[in-house]
Amino acid sequence: MKRVVIAAFAAIIMGSAAYADTIKIGVVGPFSGPFALQGKNFKAGIDAYMAMNGTTVGDDTIEVIYRDLPAPDPAQSKALAQELVVKQRVQYLTGFYFTPDAMAVTPILKQANVPLVIMNAATSAIVTKSPFVVRTSFTTWQTSTPIAKVAHDAGVAKVISVVSDYGPGVDAENAFKAAFEKEGGQVVEAIRIPLSTNDFSPIMQRIKDSGAQGVFAFLPSGPTTLGFVKAYSENGLKDAGIKFFAPGDLTQESDLPALGDAALGIQTTFHYAVSHDSPENKAFVEAASKAIGSPAELSFPSVGAFDGMKVIYRMIEATGGEQDAEKAVNAVKGLSWTSPRGPVSIDPESRHITQNIYLREVTKADDGTYYNKEIQTFEKQGDPGLAAAR
Amino acid sequence: MQTFFSIAVDAFAYGMVLFVISIGLSVTMGLMRVVNLAHGAFAMIGGYIASYAAQSLGLGYAAAILLAVFGTVAISIPIERLLYRRIYGAPELTQVLMTIGITFCIIGIANYAFGPTLKTIPLPTALQGSADLGFRSIATHRIFAIVCGLVVAGALWYAIEKTAFGVKLRASVDNASMAAALGVRTEIIYAVSFAVAVGLAAFGGVLGAELLPVEPYYALRYMVTFLVVVSVGGAGSIPGALLACLLLGGIDTTGRYLMPEFGEFFFYLAVIAIICIFPRGLAGRVR
Repeated sequence: MKRVVIAAFAAIIMGSAAYADTIKIGVVGPFSGPFALQGKNFKAGIDAYMAMNGTTVGDDTIEVIYRDLPAPDPAQSKALAQELVVKQRVQYLTGFYFTPDAMAVTPILKQANVPLVIMNAATSAIVTKSPFVVRTSFTTWQTSTPIAKVAHDAGVAKVISVVSDYGPGVDAENAFKAAFEKEGGQVVEAIRIPLSTNDFSPIMQRIKDSGAQGVFAFLPSGPTTLGFVKAYSENGLKDAGIKFFAPGDLTQESDLPALGDAALGIQTTFHYAVSHDSPENKAFVEAASKAIGSPAELSFPSVGAFDGMKVIYRMIEATGGEQDAEKAVNAVKGLSWTSPRGPVSIDPESRHITQNIYLREVTKADDGTYYNKEIQTFEKQGDPGLAAAR
Repeated sequence: MQTFFSIAVDAFAYGMVLFVISIGLSVTMGLMRVVNLAHGAFAMIGGYIASYAAQSLGLGYAAAILLAVFGTVAISIPIERLLYRRIYGAPELTQVLMTIGITFCIIGIANYAFGPTLKTIPLPTALQGSADLGFRSIATHRIFAIVCGLVVAGALWYAIEKTAFGVKLRASVDNASMAAALGVRTEIIYAVSFAVAVGLAAFGGVLGAELLPVEPYYALRYMVTFLVVVSVGGAGSIPGALLACLLLGGIDTTGRYLMPEFGEFFFYLAVIAIICIFPRGLAGRVR
């Protein structure tokens, strides 16, 4: 009996040793240029996961190949993905910060037999473009819907919506409007402003004149958000008691030091705050801070990347390192685990992540730094955007 | 009526911030005939120095501004001696290629040295908050920017039109070899003008930081706006640049208030119209 067991073990070891392989994962993201910070966060999340869980799955060694896509560029995105699949022979594609870049890659997945795990791109429709797409980030609909309830519960009946005139901005406007009207509130005016706006004073005047009790805003993080939030407090809207509601993109952690006191008290809803209080998040923040170098630069894309790697590792486990996109994607449908952001699962139908959305308020810590303090939890939120699109 | 005044105040404030940053570019392009696409980069360097001085060295706002202006000028001197001097009088394409190259280098260095996050310059308490104008409130630092813009405009106009240096500068611009033959040291005139232009860029970068936050891509992000101001105003003309800033600031602000959906449509429509009627800009000189 003993001999048989030993022989069986030997067979397993030798057998699998023969299959031991290097599995390549291709990551496309903005690693240079204006959005380099987000790419850095991808890398920090990936490095953190590999530091905590090792660089091998079974007998297979994982190799991550990075490709830089500094700005939204669908054609270039597709070219990079093809190069990764054809020349580098990657078994998994992941990363993708911008929606158009992810969209451009979906048509090649089937033929390439490669699953795509999206670590950020937040437009609902991407998952419908191919059955091989799984997303571990969030959608703008998912994060913008709960804030409508928050606004209504705060006693606000009339809201003016101000968004940047681009895909995610329009998504946020629609999501908020749908949810807020369902709550019985009224969106008195919906303004779309160009992305290149520098001076927000006229917009603030317009908000004041509209007679709304609150403003819902969505702008890309970075200079525009800073300008908007500053204008909000400087033009006396804050003092006039006009409340500010937004999804968490506006108060991402890396922008908080620059926003400073102007952001204090702003309430946003989002899927992840670096301050989230859980042992999983503590371990993650420690590993990711080490990977990114400066903890102040850590922000939400890192957690999307971290969970993206979790999903890919599970896929590799399930397929035993064989290239089989369908089997890989099926293996993670319904997968649930505790992420640094809280309990999450992959919805079997949409292949999008179901997660808690938190209401947070920008707060000053005792050491003078600013952070998003979680004050309310909306549990197990799916993506309302897909239903709305139908 | 209240709305009108409100828009007018915003337009004026925005226009003056634009003016302070763009006037240095107007000087290099109009008086020195250098298409300096690195102008935004110099403004950004000023912003970074001020931010560093105020945040890390703990200096006051005034000291930070001074350090930013003189620090940026100090950085620009070797660049002027080694690089810019070669392109005075060169074809525009050469100038564009070299200055855009300098811009990319500066972006890369800024990104490496300071990281990709936004940097702020903390305002002194006197400039924080907002002032009540009776019918509305306006941020105090905007009033400060308006005052600074007017002072810069006045001082520059005086220096170019009324002083001996201004006479030499205009002479060197119109005919460098003739001016040199008459004993004007054109090299020094050019170096000083370049330093002034860079100093103004840095000053504008610091002053406008509340509106145009400092980050590595600052150098390219706002360059189009600066160039538009200079071409509409007429390169080298101080009253022209002032008029262009106020006009464009007014059109932009009004458009944003009344019809934000149209974005910058009215802004560029106005630019096209003005350039069609005044091909050399509002106050451009015939060459």
